[in-house]
Amino acid sequence: MESARSLLPERLPEEILGYASPTRAKIEFRGRISRSLIEEISRVKKEPDWMRRLRLRALELFEKLPTPNWVLGVEEIDLDELAHYVKPEVDQPVESWEELPKEIREYYEKLGIPELEAKLLSGLSVQFESETVYHKVKEFLERKGVIMLPMEEAVRRYPDLVKKYFTRVFPPSDHKFAALHVALWSGGAFVYVPKGVKIYEPVEAFFLIGRSLEAQFEHTLVVADEGSYIHFIEGCSAPMFKGYSFHDGMVEIYAHKNSVVKFTTIQNWSRNVINFNNKRGIAEEGARIDWIEGSIGSKITYTYPSTILRGRGASSSSIVVQLAKGPYIKDSGSKMIHLAPDTRSRIVNKSISVDGGVNIYRGLVRVVRGAKRARSHVECQSLILDDRSIAYTYPHNQVDEPTAQVTHEATTGRIGEDQLFYLQQRGLTEQEATSLLVMGFLEDVMADLPFEYASVLRRVIEIEFARLGGVG
Amino acid sequence: MPELLEIRDLHVDVEGKRVLKGVNLTLRPGEVHAVMGPNGSGKSTLAYTIAGRPGYEVVEGDILVEGESIVDLEPEERALKGIFLGFQEPPPLPGVRLSSLVVAAVNKRMGVESLSRAADPRIFRKLVEALQKVGLGPEYAQRELHVGFSGGEKKRAEVAQALVLDPKIVILDEPDSGLDIDGVRIVASIIKELRDSGKGILLITHYARLLQYVKPDSVTVLLDGRVAARGGPELAEEIEKKGYTAVARA
Ligand SMILES: Nc1ncnc2c1ncn2[C@@H]1O[C@H](COP(=O)(O)OP(=O)(O)OP(=O)(O)O)[C@@H](O)[C@H]1O
Ligand SMILES: [Mg+2]
Repeated sequence: MESARSLLPERLPEEILGYASPTRAKIEFRGRISRSLIEEISRVKKEPDWMRRLRLRALELFEKLPTPNWVLGVEEIDLDELAHYVKPEVDQPVESWEELPKEIREYYEKLGIPELEAKLLSGLSVQFESETVYHKVKEFLERKGVIMLPMEEAVRRYPDLVKKYFTRVFPPSDHKFAALHVALWSGGAFVYVPKGVKIYEPVEAFFLIGRSLEAQFEHTLVVADEGSYIHFIEGCSAPMFKGYSFHDGMVEIYAHKNSVVKFTTIQNWSRNVINFNNKRGIAEEGARIDWIEGSIGSKITYTYPSTILRGRGASSSSIVVQLAKGPYIKDSGSKMIHLAPDTRSRIVNKSISVDGGVNIYRGLVRVVRGAKRARSHVECQSLILDDRSIAYTYPHNQVDEPTAQVTHEATTGRIGEDQLFYLQQRGLTEQEATSLLVMGFLEDVMADLPFEYASVLRRVIEIEFARLGGVG
Repeated sequence: MPELLEIRDLHVDVEGKRVLKGVNLTLRPGEVHAVMGPNGSGKSTLAYTIAGRPGYEVVEGDILVEGESIVDLEPEERALKGIFLGFQEPPPLPGVRLSSLVVAAVNKRMGVESLSRAADPRIFRKLVEALQKVGLGPEYAQRELHVGFSGGEKKRAEVAQALVLDPKIVILDEPDSGLDIDGVRIVASIIKELRDSGKGILLITHYARLLQYVKPDSVTVLLDGRVAARGGPELAEEIEKKGYTAVARA
């Protein structure tokens, strides 16, 4: 227990990381998004031609596709003023923390990432601005044939493997910001787990945005071959800065027959980040994809973990915990697309709205005709802590298969005066009582997280609520 | 020496309604003081007011703990001064395990900042022992508190907390209602244990049965927010025989 304690952030990311320390950029491309900008990025990355062309096709799509009209906060983003590619002063991803420039290394040290790595990760890829700056994989992973690489390196070294999956799970044509992502992607990690290889120690990718008016577009691709197992953890954070930055990342998962992929995200951006995260997986026969998302930070977040259940007996779960505290918005919702018989899915969405926060659940369960006996259960639980805060639930079911069973449950809860008084009577302040009740609300999903991450999440929530200026 | 608990001419409004109309009462360490009275006479109101429940407004009088007024203190400050209330009807706390609550409460008493990590690892054994004393299995430590608890289980879980949190003043609001015969015996023996360890106990009850097992040092009868009668254990028996109104008239 004692060693785990040192892993817990004692304060919020803004406080841990403080104000952004100035870091120098080796290369920075800012301004209007054009063909030549993309050519430049591709050139800097020394990419194969197919990738350059893929980017340019995505650019054309980006220019054609309409801006979704339901997205709040986009009007705030002026793409022409953003730096779309920022290469920090690290030539190549390094393998030891000492090799990183001090200002960069300190960010990760403050967040306790090196300790986490030592304690429980079998591989770690760390990104600063647009590039991977640290990447290290434990030897046994390589011995088992697992490939874990910075995305760019995977593109160069395993072009055929990458080409087979890259944007095949999440095509850029899906929406404007997916197209933008593919046109400008930079950084992220690639993981391939060979047939039958099971890796129980998680691998992690951590993303940090260190400055204002930056756009970060990391691309994560996880391929689990038949019968394999992998747990990928994604974390992100940012210090405070003036103005805003923009994150438009993408995660693609391909789970081959009978494989299992767990994908966990702890999103703790500072309040300066507008966050779009495009996440999608394909599950083949008997495969399973489990998403967990702890959506804590950021100014506005849009994220919809989705699974396409393509093979018979594939299954997926998505657990999203979203906290909107203060004048911030979390727009989220899981999507499950059942394309084959005997597929199963489960969605759990828990939202906590407080201090004027807005949570939105926008989910989808689709069952096509022929996906016999498909089953899906959706559970949305909203906890609203005061009258200024809101939770909206927009579940959407599209069921074309008569033998399918799709069920939905939605509850909205409040914290009762009697509950608060009871806990105060036991010696807790109103804030502590609230935090205990919020933790109680999340209790059942905490069980799905690795211990250290559950502790991190607990602590973050404890701190968030310790600061509440009198609830109710 | 000041009394452990002294209630002086207490007038209390709830929702604009005068519920207590001049209550006096004292409690000493190692003493059991029974408070009886018909439904709606103000017993729970007295308990809540001592514990500082929001909405229970002291309009006149004072409550002193060891000579110091506590009426301006927050409920948690009173709790940390050693006031414990076993609720007549505790609310369910979904997702909050009894053990998590006890860890948080004990950490607070030890001045530890984190609420989730037990600062004193012995607390778990203490809790299991307390549960055993009240006739609940160790699995109740991991149950969500008061969620799906039976009436009797709720009472037992309340009393168990009084054992673990080591207060000075234990207010038990009808710890016997809804309990089976064995349960009443158990609660009585715990009250004795608490008393013998020097705590002052304010015992709200309707039934003389509990008081047969644990002899109160004094009995106060409330009627319509006022003290209608006061005496020793014999008063409880008299009430059992004649009813509240007759005793109050006498
Ligand atoms: N929140 C409230 N709003 C209005 N009236 C209240 C409120 N709380 C208590 N009262 C009233 O105050 C009076 C005393 O209530 P209290 O709960 O103290 O009685 P009691 O002696 O504990 O009764 P019982 O034996 O039934 O538990 C009752 O008439 C009750 O209706
Ligand atoms: Mg009562």
